[in-house]
Amino acid sequence: MSKKIVLNRRSILRAGAGIVAAPAFLRRAYAADTFKVGLVSPLTGPLAGFGEAQDWVIAGLKDAMAKLPVPIEIIAKDSQSNPNRAAEVATELIEKDGVKLLLGKDTPDTTNPVADQAELNGVPCITNNCPWQPYFFGRNGNPATGFKWTYHYFWGLEDVIANFVGIWDQSGAAKKVGGLFPNDADGNAWGDKEHGLPGPLKAAGYDLVDPGRYQPLNNDFSSQIAAFKAAGVEIVTGVMIPPDFATFWAQAAQQGFKPKVVTIGKALLFPASVQALGDRGDGLTSEIWWSPNHPFKSSLTGQSAKELADAYTAASGKPWTQPLGFAHSIFEVAFDVIKRTKDLNDPESILAAITETDLQTITGPISWKAGPNVPVKNVCKTPLVGGQWTKGDKGYDLTITTNVQQASIPVAGKVRLLN
Amino acid sequence: MIWVNIIIQGILVGGLYALFAAGLSLIFGVMRLVNIAHGDFIVAAAFLAWVVVQATGLNPLLSLIIVVPLAMAFGYALQKWILNSTLGKDILPPLLVTFGLSVILQNGLLEVFTADSRKLNAGVIETASFPVLPGVAIGYLPLLQFIVAVAVIWGLQYLFYNTALGRAFRATSDDSETALLMGLDQRKVYAWAMALCMGVVAIAGVFLGVRSNFDPFMGPGRLIFGFEAVIIGGLGNLWGTLIGGVILGVSQAIGAQINPGWQVLAGHLVFLLVLAVRPKGLFPRIDG
Repeated sequence: MSKKIVLNRRSILRAGAGIVAAPAFLRRAYAADTFKVGLVSPLTGPLAGFGEAQDWVIAGLKDAMAKLPVPIEIIAKDSQSNPNRAAEVATELIEKDGVKLLLGKDTPDTTNPVADQAELNGVPCITNNCPWQPYFFGRNGNPATGFKWTYHYFWGLEDVIANFVGIWDQSGAAKKVGGLFPNDADGNAWGDKEHGLPGPLKAAGYDLVDPGRYQPLNNDFSSQIAAFKAAGVEIVTGVMIPPDFATFWAQAAQQGFKPKVVTIGKALLFPASVQALGDRGDGLTSEIWWSPNHPFKSSLTGQSAKELADAYTAASGKPWTQPLGFAHSIFEVAFDVIKRTKDLNDPESILAAITETDLQTITGPISWKAGPNVPVKNVCKTPLVGGQWTKGDKGYDLTITTNVQQASIPVAGKVRLLN
Repeated sequence: MIWVNIIIQGILVGGLYALFAAGLSLIFGVMRLVNIAHGDFIVAAAFLAWVVVQATGLNPLLSLIIVVPLAMAFGYALQKWILNSTLGKDILPPLLVTFGLSVILQNGLLEVFTADSRKLNAGVIETASFPVLPGVAIGYLPLLQFIVAVAVIWGLQYLFYNTALGRAFRATSDDSETALLMGLDQRKVYAWAMALCMGVVAIAGVFLGVRSNFDPFMGPGRLIFGFEAVIIGGLGNLWGTLIGGVILGVSQAIGAQINPGWQVLAGHLVFLLVLAVRPKGLFPRIDG
């Protein structure tokens, strides 16, 4: 019996190896004129929500790819939400697959190891979807010199703070803020006395009650709620994972704590996590990096933000998510670079094309030339606004309420108080 | 008054830990199996309840009528066809198999349900509470959860010491070979134990899903407190597991009141203290 199983396994392996080997062999035959682009992102694991729309985005690139001067092959690999694995597949893409341009996205756990490998191997690299401070300082970047091969675009902590304060100023709630910061990379960065929220909040006249760092996947927020109640907190903020926020929010109700404004980073990004809160998701506020209401168009397909989101919903039956825009725009930038590169076999030439980028994408203008949107070399900032979840007939909708930094993105309503 | 509130909330959270831990304790007590996938089974049960709720429109707490028998049938089959063939003198194979099951469950759930986080909505009970003292309010849901934990432990305890099946559990646990000589098929006994364990897992899963969001990857994170509760209370002792859960919940609450950074640490410290002073836990099962 057992012998039979072994034989089966082997024959399956052998057949499988044949199938895998065949296209690799074929690929080598025309490798000379195909330009290979590698992409690393989390498709499985706790960060998989970020990568959810990716397959659909890549499938929609066929027409745009056909218009490029050379045949393109996109090799996408899964980081499994693990930074070590991200570094491993990035190396594999560079050394085994021979990609000439490396892309990486979604949280420092992917962007940083991928960019580090690219920098080490001298491969041009573009990343997005990670606030720029964890990307730049997390890789020990020196603002004076920057990096040579790796470029990034997204917003920064200063933008989140400006938008959160914008939301609160508008609400008219008492300037007493309760902070919920976990003991993880994000929580420590946001709660940091020097670089995080405390300094700017004080400057804006807000009083921050910060009971301290809690461990993620917390089961009990009673002590924080008691501290907030005692201090007369009317605004709650923080950067939480969805289950922690749900636990906090239910306990707050049980213990009679009714803040007027709740503005939380990370936990309220995806419509599904807000939907999961039931009626209690209505009126919560959050940062918005991309939405169907952003007045931008794709440089590849000409679709507006709304058209892209609607097409995704129609194809997948799922609501739009913020990473969708960034999953699309990373290819806009990559294809634009390929189009403008003089010699695709020369990494220096590709790099030159990246530095000269000046493109209007579905996530806003991207350019790494010195200017107000380039805080340090290698980083371009995309617009960030703030908004409020509103429960409608067809589920939750994110309304832009605050555009203190980006007047070009229209607001669709005013902040409503929770209580 | 703050401290009274903190300790009451800690006790109620302890009920949740005890629910997570009861199945672990049961399985370890009967067949010395450490189930690494226990947390993932709890999450899988929450997803099962979610499917039942979507299909029938039942309140999640009522969906237990369907979810518990399904989970028990699954547990019976799992033990009969997979885990039984790994049990033997060596404790490593079953451990490794449950580790593998954990990986399979997480990624299987991801394939079927995607990475979206979900929640079971039980309505007003989730946020309703009643005041006991000024500044001290008890939520109906945490209270119900605690009462259910006590009821589950009491039920298991009754079953262990007052029924033929319980006698079979104890006999197999004490000396499986002699029990076999007396005509007790240990494989069947183990399958029943796993069925019961999965029944408890289903209850824990539904409470987890009503309390907070869940996604395919949160099982292992929830498992550690279950393990600690079992060990603090004493391996294989069910009432001990409940007390272990409460001790863990209260020490975490007290730690959090001093500084939220100490919340989990305080629990771990109490756990280490118990291990150092009484390595077999506070109320070890009396071995024959």
